[in-house]
Amino acid sequence: MIAEFGLVALWLAAALAGLQLLAGFLAARDGGSATAEGLALLVRPAAVVQALLCIASFLTLIYLFAVTDLSVKLVATSSHSDKPMIFKIAGAWGQHEGSMLLWVTVMAASGGLIALIERRLPERTMLATLAAQAFVGLGFYAFLLFSSNPFERLNPAPAEGAGLNPLLQDIGLAFHPPTLYFGYVGLSVAFSFVVGALLTRQVTPEFARVMRPWVLGAWIFLTIGITAGSYWAYYELGWGGWWFWDPVENASLMPWLAATALLHSASVLAARDALRAWTVMLGVVAFSMSMVGTFLVRSGILTSVHAFAVDPERGSFILALLTLYIGGALVLFALRANTVAEGERFSIMSREGALVINNVALSAILGIVLLGTLYPLLTEAFDVRVSVGPPYFNPVGAIFFLPMLAVLAVGPLLRWRKDSFARIKLPVAIVGAVFVAVLVLVLALADIGILPLLGLALSVAVAIASFQPMMGRSLRRLPLAVWGMVIAHFGVAVALFGMASDTAFQQERLVAANVGDVVEVGSWEARLDAVTPVSGPNWTAIEARMKLSYDGGAEREARPQARSFWSPPQETSEVALLTRWNGQLYVAIGNQAQDGRWQLRLWWKPFVTFIWYGGLLIALGGVLALIGRVATDVRRRVAAGKIAQRKAEEAS
Amino acid sequence: MTRFRYFLWGVVGVTAALFGLFAYQLSQPKDEFVESAMIGETIPAFDLPPAVEFRPGLSSANLADGKPKLLNVFASWCVPCRAEAPYLDELERRGAEIVAVAIRDRPQDVSAFLEIYGNPFSRIGSDEISAVQLSIGSSGVPETFVIDGSGVITYQHIGDIRAADVPMLLAKLQEAGA
Repeated sequence: MIAEFGLVALWLAAALAGLQLLAGFLAARDGGSATAEGLALLVRPAAVVQALLCIASFLTLIYLFAVTDLSVKLVATSSHSDKPMIFKIAGAWGQHEGSMLLWVTVMAASGGLIALIERRLPERTMLATLAAQAFVGLGFYAFLLFSSNPFERLNPAPAEGAGLNPLLQDIGLAFHPPTLYFGYVGLSVAFSFVVGALLTRQVTPEFARVMRPWVLGAWIFLTIGITAGSYWAYYELGWGGWWFWDPVENASLMPWLAATALLHSASVLAARDALRAWTVMLGVVAFSMSMVGTFLVRSGILTSVHAFAVDPERGSFILALLTLYIGGALVLFALRANTVAEGERFSIMSREGALVINNVALSAILGIVLLGTLYPLLTEAFDVRVSVGPPYFNPVGAIFFLPMLAVLAVGPLLRWRKDSFARIKLPVAIVGAVFVAVLVLVLALADIGILPLLGLALSVAVAIASFQPMMGRSLRRLPLAVWGMVIAHFGVAVALFGMASDTAFQQERLVAANVGDVVEVGSWEARLDAVTPVSGPNWTAIEARMKLSYDGGAEREARPQARSFWSPPQETSEVALLTRWNGQLYVAIGNQAQDGRWQLRLWWKPFVTFIWYGGLLIALGGVLALIGRVATDVRRRVAAGKIAQRKAEEAS
Repeated sequence: MTRFRYFLWGVVGVTAALFGLFAYQLSQPKDEFVESAMIGETIPAFDLPPAVEFRPGLSSANLADGKPKLLNVFASWCVPCRAEAPYLDELERRGAEIVAVAIRDRPQDVSAFLEIYGNPFSRIGSDEISAVQLSIGSSGVPETFVIDGSGVITYQHIGDIRAADVPMLLAKLQEAGA
């Protein structure tokens, strides 16, 4: 009964999406007529009720997982009554069907939210936007209901569930995929706004201001998602790396790059009514990249270490949606190109100019990552199989990434429209001097590769440059959005410092050790005290008990494990991480050799944690900017409300 | 503005081509491997320096010493290579002699890789610019060739070795005269 309730709610929501599309489209097309006005009244309520139905449907699925209702096929195939509660609940979106339901739910909830509160745009544009939102939504409802029904029953019900991939049985799982989904869906909202603005020829600064919080929100979630995903791969896969240029990782990076560019471009449109075409283009590209990413991951068209939920039939479905939405939006844009008139002009030596360079560089990096990810697919069509790895991505990406950082350092100092270099000579000279000083210093002290060398020097320079826009301004009166920018840019520098430092200075020991042996790596001394078997609710493990000290300091304990899950059988490595302010020691235990010694892997990774601190700082910057923007909007609404009230009083 | 419009139609065209490629690839059966054009060819002459201290390098003469071998093309930076490592170990345990070429790699990375994932290789040549890889018709990592005792390629396996490939490769080695 419960499962059927979820399914019915989903069908009703889909029907409402159909209504929203039809009513929204007709009302926006023949605005003014009595029928159109009647239809227009339906659109917003349809979106709100649809959101509530989807949320109810998703809560139903969570309930089914929480009580482990094995008569539901999805629960039986992906959960287990012995699993801890948190993983039972996370299991609701830990596989394809559930994650698609989550996607649809978040999408409907965003649509409902816009319908409820957004009143800044012309109503016709809003109706077109909500119709576009429903159009995108309908495709996903169809996908869910026809090809991946999460509420399908199983008769007879099995006695026990088949478990969940133990690699994914981790707190990281509970939050990583949903975080990325929130990001993807946020970009779908931005996409709907773009389509709405194009349909009604309203690519205006107001449109950019309305779209911006959604892009910002999506971008925050994507940033957190990528940061968390990178850390998850780092400690769960046991390989000690934080980025592998794997297709699935690239699939999450590409929308982020596009969203970053879109964010900056939308800011220019909002502030200066310039870069209209760029903003529209990036709005389409950002959502395309989320869908291409989903397609690549779900269709199994590319081989990846993250091989999960792979199904060519679903791939065809997503591809059809991709063609419909992206192809449709691009054709619409091409048809309406002349109405997206050229915006305000500006000189290259201006804030806008710097942001254009930033957009071009981000787009170029996006192109490079896209090409590298799809290249194997392209050559395979000609029966040539290749795999593209770091030797391509790192140097080719750096060609655009490093100059972009230089622009990032200078751009925020420039004024809008037109500026002169003479005005910002001093701060630029300071940053340049810092860059050269660090470069020379590192070159003199250490023998490292060119990319990490440039990375270190640039990270220090950018860190200092990121605070320069605050110079000579009252900190208390500085808008939150500027704080956000400063912190996000500083985060980029911090993350870059971590990446460069880890690449340049990490030390690695791989040893076969007897119990009682002492191993040295970097300034660490590690003693293997014992190796004992331990067990958890659905796994057993070999655990190493180790005592470690840094530079002769106090002893700390580490207990890396090699875990074996039994349902389904799979082995994972639970690494032990000892974190200091200046880096992290990464300890993993491997197999026992024939002579009884244990394989131990120790990495000393100086400042590696800065990568993720940087990622979080970037996200924090986004959060501050979002709060700032929303607060400004609320203040404006309150003020507008008061003015309207006074006018009404004066009139009476 | 018209130029911009042409540009947009160009974008539409490229996107359509890309989606066409996706559709084509989706319709292709995934596991059908096309026979390599290099089968029956003699390995071109080469002489690679050692990739690690503790194993000798690899030359074409080593591949024509009378004993059939597996030639594994791998790299420490390649993720599927980690996945196939246990099966290479199994092949070695079951009597296959395996030599390797490490592609665009550094000695410390290769030895770290072998330390973690096992070292079933009797020789490892370092191919820093993919010259040998290209000359033997390999376009990516990992790939595994069966070479008969006289240095002729009798089979090429593209992609990582899975559990089911182990008996198949052993049989191919038998056919090559082991």
